[in-house]
This record gives sequence, C-alpha cells and structure tokens, in this order.
Amino acid sequence: MHDHRATVESVFRNESGRIIAGLIRISHSFDLAEEAMQDAFAAAVVSWQTDGVPDNPAAWITATARRKLIDYARREQTRRNNEGQLLYEYESRTSAIDDEMNQPFDDDRLSLIFTCCHPAINMEAQIGLTLRTLGGLTTMEIARAFLVPEATLAQRLVRAQRKIQQARIPFQVPAPGFLPERLSAVQKVLYLIFNEGYSASSGDSLIRRELCAEAIRLARTLLELMPHNPENMALLALMLLHDSRRDARSTGDGQLIPLEEQDRSLWHHDQVAEGIPLVERALGRRNLGPYQLQAAIAAIHAEARTAQETDWKQIAALYAILNTTQASPIVALNHAVAVAMSESLERGLALIDELGASGELESYRLYHAARADLLRRMGRNPEAIESYRRALALTSNAVELRYLGRRLSELEGLVY
Amino acid sequence: MRYMMLIYSREDEAATPEDMRAVAAAHKVVMDQARDRGIFCAADPLQPSVTATTVRVQDGKSLVTDGPFAETKEQLAGYYILDCQDLDEALAWAEKIPTACAGAAGCIEIRPIREFPSRVLVNA
Repeated sequence: MHDHRATVESVFRNESGRIIAGLIRISHSFDLAEEAMQDAFAAAVVSWQTDGVPDNPAAWITATARRKLIDYARREQTRRNNEGQLLYEYESRTSAIDDEMNQPFDDDRLSLIFTCCHPAINMEAQIGLTLRTLGGLTTMEIARAFLVPEATLAQRLVRAQRKIQQARIPFQVPAPGFLPERLSAVQKVLYLIFNEGYSASSGDSLIRRELCAEAIRLARTLLELMPHNPENMALLALMLLHDSRRDARSTGDGQLIPLEEQDRSLWHHDQVAEGIPLVERALGRRNLGPYQLQAAIAAIHAEARTAQETDWKQIAALYAILNTTQASPIVALNHAVAVAMSESLERGLALIDELGASGELESYRLYHAARADLLRRMGRNPEAIESYRRALALTSNAVELRYLGRRLSELEGLVY
Repeated sequence: MRYMMLIYSREDEAATPEDMRAVAAAHKVVMDQARDRGIFCAADPLQPSVTATTVRVQDGKSLVTDGPFAETKEQLAGYYILDCQDLDEALAWAEKIPTACAGAAGCIEIRPIREFPSRVLVNA
C-alpha cells in the first residue's frame, strides 16, 4: 500500500510555499494562514488514511485550509457578536474569503516573497519569514541554523508579522518604480540564506546543508516566477556552482580545502552542468549586475579541469568590473589575487599593499590572509608567517582558524 | 489607511528667507498633488524646537521643562497625514516630501495611524 504519510510530507515539502502564499492573500494574515495550513495537513493525515490520497493532493489541502479560514472567521464573528463588538472587519473578511474561494489556484508566491523581503522589515525577520513561509522550515529549524535562541527568533517573527498587518505592508509584486530595488532585496535575502549555509562557521552541518538546498530551491522558484531577469538566472547559477563543490571543499574532519587543492572529481557535475548554461544565458543580457559577474567568475572556476587551467586573466577582468560597480575590500582583494595569478605575484602583492596603504584594512582578517598567501607563494616565508599570524589573531571562525593554523605550521616547519 | 509622516530635519539657523520659500513651495506641490488624488488629510509645519516645551506628570506633579523631549540632531519639523492604500503608497509619497531645509539632511518616519472601529463607522 502506498504510504500516505510520505505523500503528505512530500506535498508539504513541494507545495506548502504555494499553498500558504494563497492562504495569506485570502486571509491577510500570516498567523491564520499558517494555522489553517497546519490544520489542513493534520486533517490530510487522517483522511487520506481512510479515503486514499486524492488525485490532486495540493488542491485538497488548499480547499481544506480555505474552509478552515472561513471557520476561523465565523468563530471570531460569533465571539465578537457575543461581546457586542463591531463586525465590519470580519464581515468584509468572510465575504472576501467566500469570493476568493472561487478564484483559480493562483501562484501567489511572488507576492509573498516581496512581502517577506520588504525593506520595512528587519533583515533577520525577512530571512526568517521567507524560510518559514516559502521554505516550510519551522521556527526551531531556522533558529538552529542561524544560531539564535528559538524564543528570540519567534518573537522577531511575531513582531514582523504584526508590522506587516498594522503598517499594511502590501501583499503584491511592487509597482515598477519600486521593483528593481525590491527585487535586489529579495535576491540579497536568498543569497544570505545560501551563504549562511555555505559559510564554514560552526553549527550543525546537516542543517547548514539544508539551508543551501533551501536557498537553491527558493532561487529556482524566483527564476520560475520572473524567468527573464538575468540576475535571477545568475543568482541560481552562482548558488549551484558554489554548492557543486560542497563535498570537495572540506576534509572529513572539517578542514577547509582551498579551491586549488580540491579534488575536482568530487564536484557535483550535474549542478555545474545546470549552472553554466544559466550563466551563459544571463550574460547574454545587458547591464551586468553583481550576481551575473560573480556567477561568471564561478563558472570560469567550474570550467577549469585543473586548478592550473583556470583562466585567471578573465577572472581578473571580471573582478575589475565588479570593483567598479560593487566596490568592497573583499572584491578588491579578490581582484588583486586574480592579478597575482594571471600576471605576476609581485603585481598582485603591489595591489594588495596599495589597498592596505591607508591602514583601513589593518583589522581585516582577509587582507592579512590574502597577503600571507601571496607572500607564501613568493617564498617570502618569514613575512608570510607574520601575515598568517595577524590573520589568525583576527579570526574567530573555527574552520578558518584551522586552515590558517595549518598554513602557518607548514611554513614554520620550513623556517625553523 | 491613514499614515502620519513625521518630518525630521536639521534645524538650520542660517536658512535664508529664499531657502524657506523654496521649501514651502516644494511642500505646496506635494500637498496639491495629494489633494488632487483625494488622499490629503492634513499637513503642518512646526515652529523650531527652541519653542518646544515638555511636560511630564510624575506622582501627580507636572514637571515642565524647556525643549523637546529628546535632544537629537534631527528634530520634528512638521507632519503630513495621508490616506494611502498601503505602506508602498505611503513610501512613494514620503519620498516626495521635502525634508531638507537649505540642504540640511532630514528623514521621514512613517507611522500608520491606529484606527478604531467607531471611526470607521462614522466615516462609513
């Protein structure tokens, strides 16, 4: 017999984002929508056991959840009646639900994603709401992934939901005037989710992997909903290409393996094969945005069969463009490294020293780490050791500490 | 829903009468647009914060002090109340409201006005 529980779980996994988006549109409430959807899934577990799994399970859940919403509204109305309170809001709400019951099964996820990532909501709550509604993660799972106490996160989300309702943050795709900046806010949230999973900091590795997978799923959804946006293509590609290296980038005991030392046969080539054509499509458009440039760089790495074959010249050129549009110390450092690899180590080091000349990067660990790396390649070991020590002193991330520590002890072994 | 837009700006004592007129004219444009759209409820400029007096009642006694309740670089300088569809519409209007007097920086805080059912009925 078919396991109906597995069906329930798979419907939840694949359809809950779409279902809850529709329920939020109808109810104007995240709370009621979540409650109704949970009740509907609970009902499914019982009902599908006896009656069998319906032909369209997602439609069954949606219809059931919509009926629950009406029940809640009626219950609330009765309560208010009994208390002699005014009914205007609930009357309009129930009739709105009745109207919308007959609407086709729309995809409201795009509106929902813009609501969750509205700039009037604080960033942690944007991430949390996105993961909980569109990603179907529980508050507990999100809290564990982001290493915050569950109660703190729960409170943040409640506050954000209240603001959505009370300040009337719209549930819609923004007007054209707002769209470009709002879309980049959405992309930023998805990329933050991915990076939280990908970054090698401490925490439960299983959950972190889950976050990457979730971010990829969300980026895929965003692209599906706005299929012509090149930055959407690039964002998905960028995540796929980075994620393809997940099994090659650390040892079994959690040591970081830098790109050039990775066993490239461990890369997930299906993800590379999906990512590269996306990058090509994205680059065919004009206006190179930050994700297109970063995805292009990731694609060049992915296309190199060995580290030696890497086309560093192109990478340096792409970082140079990125540094004009999205200037930041990390981009400038990466540019310098690419120049070091494509032109000469001396030229790269000169660029890094230029960056450091103002003294502003003195307390930036990656500045010292990049400098140390070039000095090591140049065989200037005592100076490299000095820079590795400085980088180490500024690093708190356990995986990075171990990596820098390994480099340092290798060099110290050579010097002494 | 009505939103109150609180204008906070730096009080620039060096602002000339021409500067002030230019700012007033810019406000008039926004107010006229809002009236044309039928969403205008109210808007007023305030006298500078040196005219502010703060009263606090503690243990039944009122304590009157000179000045605004908080000394900040940017002071409440005026407000608009506009009846907008949602926060995005309010944001679009807030972007148009001049906040700067003679080039001094400023910002707008948007607060939804708490509506009570009785008000809704009265207006209905």
